[in-house]
Amino acid sequence: MTPLERFVDTFLNPRLMARYWPDIAQGMLVTVEIALAVVVTGVALGLGLAVLRSYRVRPVNALIVVFVDVFRALPPLVLILIIYFGLPNIGVNLSSYAVLWLVLSLVLGAFAEEIFWAGILSVRKGQWDAARSTGLGFGRTLLYVVLPQAVRLAVPPLTNRTIAITKNTALGTVIGVAEIINQAQTAVSFSGNATPLMMGAVAYILVFIPVVLIGAHVERRFAWRRA
Amino acid sequence: MTLLSDPPILDVRGLVKRFGALEVLKEIDFAVAAQELVFVIGPSGSGKSTLLRCCNRLEEPDGGSIRVDGVDLMDPKCDINAMRRRIGMVFQSFNLYPHMTALGNVTLALRKVIGRNRRDADAAGREALERVGLADKAGAYPAELSGGQQQRVAIARALSLEPKIMLFDEPTSSLDPELVGSVLAVMRDMRRAGMTMVVVSHEMRFAREAADRVVFMEAGRIVEEGPPARIFAAAENARTRAFVAEIAR
Repeated sequence: MTPLERFVDTFLNPRLMARYWPDIAQGMLVTVEIALAVVVTGVALGLGLAVLRSYRVRPVNALIVVFVDVFRALPPLVLILIIYFGLPNIGVNLSSYAVLWLVLSLVLGAFAEEIFWAGILSVRKGQWDAARSTGLGFGRTLLYVVLPQAVRLAVPPLTNRTIAITKNTALGTVIGVAEIINQAQTAVSFSGNATPLMMGAVAYILVFIPVVLIGAHVERRFAWRRA
Repeated sequence: MTLLSDPPILDVRGLVKRFGALEVLKEIDFAVAAQELVFVIGPSGSGKSTLLRCCNRLEEPDGGSIRVDGVDLMDPKCDINAMRRRIGMVFQSFNLYPHMTALGNVTLALRKVIGRNRRDADAAGREALERVGLADKAGAYPAELSGGQQQRVAIARALSLEPKIMLFDEPTSSLDPELVGSVLAVMRDMRRAGMTMVVVSHEMRFAREAADRVVFMEAGRIVEEGPPARIFAAAENARTRAFVAEIAR
């Protein structure tokens, strides 16, 4: 075998591709499902916490800050392992899927809270003054005047963070979530060949390139001229 | 034009406001009668904007009483949001909502505070825009409008709520000189229609022609007040004279 043939045989073996693509496709589906669930709950959690924080109740805000700092500081893998292997000891049994979804949602929620909060703070005080002077209460001012502007400011950093965190679905493999990389590794151990991992890499690209493109589109749509 | 026996629309007594250790307003007494146009002038830091912002409690006073149309704003039972729509406010920096059209800016409070449906609110909003000469800009976003147009939309936003009194906080200070006239013209119209107005501004010519009374503030106190002709030409207080000479230059 020439070096080129050996390379192709190891990484791009057509026979193995044919055999394992259904498994990789199955993994892609799992990755997409968990990623979507994480985006929905994580962004909602972050927005909810940022709104709660803007009411400036001191003990509540202290808790939010602690939560946000802890979940931003810890590597998601540590949280996944602690929760997956720790919770059964206190009688809580969550499936590996649920643990992965929960941890990534909390992590995304923590980052999203900071991003939305920064957005809320960067809306100029005059906007509050104007809305309050027409009789809008705090909650309505937040809802109709401040949040629409804060969310627009939050979209670009939030898009980046969301992509970074949903890629962490790959960590699910250590607790047996049958997502892309888990399927690929299983195939590698059966076949003794790296081709399934290459297929996994391609699968990630197929999943996340559209996300990156959608993110860029959303950023363009939300980039509006500030008065 | 105003009967002395009429209760004032705005009646401020003993108003005190502190920022930390700094006393910004020192027991201010200030009353404005119905249909009166009062100009408030004074050096920066004299407390004129703070006085205005206390009148609808955007700044929380530290003492004294504020009555608007007979209602005590400092009463714990006072529904401040209900009162605020009776007190129109216009800001130096316009503060239009950038994500809404001109009409959206004007109708937000109509819909969400008063609870009018969209059709009624739009009709009232267009009428208010008409009054400030911007009926054709209803669909424009703030970024598409000049400063003068933005300020007129801001005035329409306050007017649409049918306020008893309008407070203007340096309404023309951030406008290019050629745009000031359009805003003053709207204010002149409002005066003709009988609106009660308090204006913090140094537009001397406008004050001279339109104001019933000019109030000079310095260091948290009202130093002198009187008809514009007297304040601008023959003030009793030396500091008033010095200030008037300064802004007339």
